[in-house]
Amino acid sequence: MALVQGRTAGTRRSRIINGTIVNGILAIIVILWTIPTIGLLISSFRERSDVITTGWWTIFPHTEYVSTGKPIQLASPPNLQQPINVEGQTYTNEQLTQGVKTPDGRILRWINKRSGIIDVQTSQWVARDNFTLSNYDNVIIGQQYTYQDNGVTKTDKGENMLNSFISSLTVAIPATIIPILIAAFAAYGFAWMKFPGRRFLFALVIALLVIPAQVALIPMLRDFNALGINGTYLSLWIIHTGFGLCLATYLLYNYISGIPREILESAFIDGASQFTIFTTLILPLSVPALASFAIFQFMWVWNDFLNALIFLGTNQDTQVMTVRLQQMLGARGQDWHLLTAGAFVTMILPLIVFFSLQRFFVRGMMAGSVKG
Amino acid sequence: MIQETKKAETRAGSNVSAAGFDPAKFGIALVGLVIVLAILLAGFIYLKGTTGVSIFNALVAIVWGVAGVGALYYTVNSLIESLPNVWRGRLLPYLFIGPAMGLLFWVLTLPTLRTLYQSFFNQDTTQFVGLNNYIATFTDSGMLESFRNNLIWIFGGTASVVILGLLIAVLADRSKFETVAKALIFMPMAISLVGAGVIWRFVYDARPVDQQQIGVLNSVLVGLGIEPQAWLTLQPWNNFFLIIVQIWAGTGFAMVLFSAAIKGVPIDLQEAARVDGATEVQAFFSIVIPYIQGTTITVATTTAISMLKIFDVVYVMTGGQYGTSVIGTEFYRQFFTNNNYGYGSAIAIVLFIAISPVLIYNVRQFGKQEGF
Repeated sequence: MALVQGRTAGTRRSRIINGTIVNGILAIIVILWTIPTIGLLISSFRERSDVITTGWWTIFPHTEYVSTGKPIQLASPPNLQQPINVEGQTYTNEQLTQGVKTPDGRILRWINKRSGIIDVQTSQWVARDNFTLSNYDNVIIGQQYTYQDNGVTKTDKGENMLNSFISSLTVAIPATIIPILIAAFAAYGFAWMKFPGRRFLFALVIALLVIPAQVALIPMLRDFNALGINGTYLSLWIIHTGFGLCLATYLLYNYISGIPREILESAFIDGASQFTIFTTLILPLSVPALASFAIFQFMWVWNDFLNALIFLGTNQDTQVMTVRLQQMLGARGQDWHLLTAGAFVTMILPLIVFFSLQRFFVRGMMAGSVKG
Repeated sequence: MIQETKKAETRAGSNVSAAGFDPAKFGIALVGLVIVLAILLAGFIYLKGTTGVSIFNALVAIVWGVAGVGALYYTVNSLIESLPNVWRGRLLPYLFIGPAMGLLFWVLTLPTLRTLYQSFFNQDTTQFVGLNNYIATFTDSGMLESFRNNLIWIFGGTASVVILGLLIAVLADRSKFETVAKALIFMPMAISLVGAGVIWRFVYDARPVDQQQIGVLNSVLVGLGIEPQAWLTLQPWNNFFLIIVQIWAGTGFAMVLFSAAIKGVPIDLQEAARVDGATEVQAFFSIVIPYIQGTTITVATTTAISMLKIFDVVYVMTGGQYGTSVIGTEFYRQFFTNNNYGYGSAIAIVLFIAISPVLIYNVRQFGKQEGF
């Protein structure tokens, strides 16, 4: 009896240790995974000068060498070729240019070589915690520019991301709903109707699931040119509808074909037409599947870069957020502070959707894992 | 059962071919269809002419696109339902699947064939050049570099995503913090790869030695007394640093799928292995791994395809320079920078051929499916 108890206690102890190891490793991975995003989030609230000169982690208290504000004035202008005597110690000119540590832990560095002024820095606890909302202000409302026009000082607002936000919504909403609608019809057709070519056509849907977009881009661009709709939202809706249809049809087929026969049969006996059954019975019953796909497709369209770049282009009036952000990266690669806020503005909607509807998203993604 | 009823209906209808024809309904439906088409055309012309983004236009576009598709289905259905029974039965399935199949044909099937055709032509597709584009694809040093890099992406990236995804899923499964950990690992799925590019700039940033580092990685190096590295130009290792960004973004997907699969492994099986004296690790490799083999294949193929098609990360972070080009960026460069349509098409077709084994596998799996 005692032995058994001893053993269980032992297993329990080893389980606790195991649990600690598991949680420990998991915690390390999770921290590594989130650090990049946290860094960006913190940076987006920092002043411009802070962002480009110091790491984001300097917002946390840390020791840093800070000027005491009481420089040492050498008695006579120093001969830079000779060792220089400062408070009883000798240093070379080079050392003082780069900064040199004194025996008592201070750092000495030239402020002015000619007149022999040396800055004294001591190690202090600091935290660069001046936060600001101006990055978001600049990105969302537009940066204020002041310029001279015929002697008159004018201020103007630069381009902002609000436009691209609306643009992204204009692309994403129809590009989410239209393929779902069309795919739901097709899924019902494949699931509950018999017609010549049914098997072949569905095999085609499955084959097209993994087709790389690149294969279709050039001919589609030509067609849109011929139709005169290049650079319009319509072109991008057609592209996203086409690219999303296969997956949508496949997913919804799996769901709709699983709806119990009895439900449909009783409706048929009541004399309902296929169209009525589809709109009044099938669609409401398929809401979970429709929602799952909708979230998946919305995220996909919102985060899409290649298609938006090619079909909608970089025109400032219509460009979507991903393209806008990429343009900021290229043209204003040095405006790090704006990039950070811009990146977060592009992420905010998908992140909200993600955290509030995660369950649906995961379900849609798992069902859609056949897509490349 | 439904199919049989319909067949019976059809047979009965064929005796009197005009049975069920409703001229009045047909007329109304026809008028309705013409009106819907006219409204769609008017909307098309209006939207074609709009430049710039406005909330009003966005709303018009959304209503036009979504309601237009719905109205089209409705009126065509009314038209079909007014037809004689024979025709109704024959045409109705095609109303349901027709638009989807038509779009897939226009946006995916046809362009693939057209791209294939174009790949045998010269730069501006005026002259037949046979296999020259393909020969160039496999001899050009830029393309060879892309192939090499894509191979690194496919093998290095896929292996990492699968192993990490499985590891995290297993750890999370045994942890109390499963939900939180999984949500945080999964979160990058909601972030566009352009956004990821901005996030990771703050990790990989490199400053000259005498300046303070603002990139996390270099800051760690400097803290350890090692010289900072320019990660994104450090050939050939920069490819791995780009792959890490994609791993960061894609592991959540693998984790979610593995997590579901692991939960599906019967507990008795694992218990039985433990009773037989197997250690946790042994039980994992002899029971869990074989059990989730199907999921592993799905995750691996899906990830491999996304690694093969990779474009955004490379384009945003290095533009394909410093020896980081991949097939996706080479395609873009040939097509949009060099306007070399023939060559661009050949690259797209090579990409398609590389993916085709998965396509064939998917169709084969479908062929085995019963009840279709």
